[in-house]
Order: sequence, then structure tokens, then C-alpha cells
Amino acid sequence: MIIHHPILGPRDAQEFVYLGDASLINRPDGMTAGVEAFHDYAYNRDNPAGDHRELWYHEQGDRSWLVVTRNTVTHEIIKVELARDVARAQGRSK
Amino acid sequence: MASLMAMTALGAREAAVVTVGPLSIAERVDVAVASVAVRRGRVLAAGVIPQPGPSRWEAGKPFSAFWVTPDMWFVEADFAAHELLADGLKASFGDAASVTEQTDAWVIFDLSAPDLAPVFERLCNVDFQALPEGYATRTVLDHLGVYLIKHGSGAARVYGPRSSAQSLLHALKIAARSAF
Repeated sequence: MIIHHPILGPRDAQEFVYLGDASLINRPDGMTAGVEAFHDYAYNRDNPAGDHRELWYHEQGDRSWLVVTRNTVTHEIIKVELARDVARAQGRSK
Repeated sequence: MASLMAMTALGAREAAVVTVGPLSIAERVDVAVASVAVRRGRVLAAGVIPQPGPSRWEAGKPFSAFWVTPDMWFVEADFAAHELLADGLKASFGDAASVTEQTDAWVIFDLSAPDLAPVFERLCNVDFQALPEGYATRTVLDHLGVYLIKHGSGAARVYGPRSSAQSLLHALKIAARSAF
């Protein structure tokens, strides 16, 4: 599988480490959001047959975190973004 | 008072030079290294270090640099003249950058041969032959995460983890024996 890194171009998937659902970016505020929201964040995941946004770490490359949109049925990779850009667009990054 | 002797990454007093056929592998202990990461929204003081773009190495005097990740570079300098490289860069950039000493974290091998492509095609997924000069990338070489810089079709520098220096040298020698 080839991941098209937004800066470095096509890179072999072996260089990357998979973390999981990109919704991990949206961590609730542990002090105010409540137990239910944090339980949901920590344990519950959707398991779609189709497009799935997920976090990958380019460990043997530029060590950036990426948000990869991948079709879990065909393994086609539809979109690759820098996770920092995604997080900042959502107002997550300080 | 303790009397300490500096040792190389391979545990010797002098830098190693290994020859396999036409390939020469020279350990470099005369290079000071530091990383410079620009803090968010800040700009580095101009003219101190080169700031090459992604996957590039750029020569400079007294500092050369290669790109490692967005807004971050590894800086190389002559060790004898810049032993305290990180301190000097920290003084130059102040709170605009985070600077980390890297000199003794790595083992550095300079490889030279008429053509290095046969060696690297056995070791890693980098298409050495097709790359332009001055290309710098991180890659996996025999299970070790390394930085590989191409200085020419027959010249390259490999930064490997210092604690795996012997394994890295072994891998380079085995590949060279197979290639030449």
C-alpha cells in the first residue's frame, strides 16, 4: 500500500505506524465534558465499511502525523492531510 | 580527578575506515550536529543556517543543514570549531527556536564508491539512482531508522543510531560485499 504524503509524495505504508480513528483528535475536556463523553471518546468507535478517517504516523520519514481517508472495503486511499492542519482547522491546536 | 578518553561510536579511539572493493566507509567523528525547530509563528534570524525545503540538504559555511520535518532541520558543523554547536545556535535564535544537541546521538558514515546505487538498492526503499544530489531523507536501512543524504552518485552520508553503530556498519559491509 502506498500513502501519498502531502509533503514527501508517495511513501510505502511500511514506513508508517497506524494509530486508529481520526476522531481521537477530538478529545473532550476531561474537567467539563462529563464521564459519558469521555467514555465515548475512549472506548467507542464506528466501524464503517467504506470511507474511514484514520491517524497514521510517519515514523520512518518526517515523523509527522497524518489524517488518511481510506476506504476500508477497497483500501483505496482517498485523501491524505497533515494532522496538524486538520487539528488547527478544528481549533484543537493551541 | 578522572582521566577520560573520548571513544567513537564503535568503541575505538580513532574513527573507523572500512574498504570493501571499490567502496569506502568512513566514520565521521569530526561533525557536530544539532537540531533546530522553529517555534510556531516565529521566524529564524536570517543568515545563520541554511533552511532547505523538504527532503533537501544545503551546504553552507560554517553550517550545513538538512530538512527533517516541517520547520525543523539538522545542522552540521565542524566539530573542532563548533563543539558547542547547540549552545551557539540557541544564542543566535533565542526563543524563536527549540535547539537540541545531537552530536553524540548518531554515528555518521560517509560512503564513497564510483556508484552507490547497487549498495542502497539492497538496503532500503530509496531509489538512490533517481534522486537528485542534495536529497536527504529518513528511511529504514536493515531495520534501523537512518537519515540518508545523497551528495552525488558515488557519495552519500548515513546517520544511524549511535547505539547500533556496529550493526549499521555490518549491514553496509554485507550489502557492499554482495554488490561489488
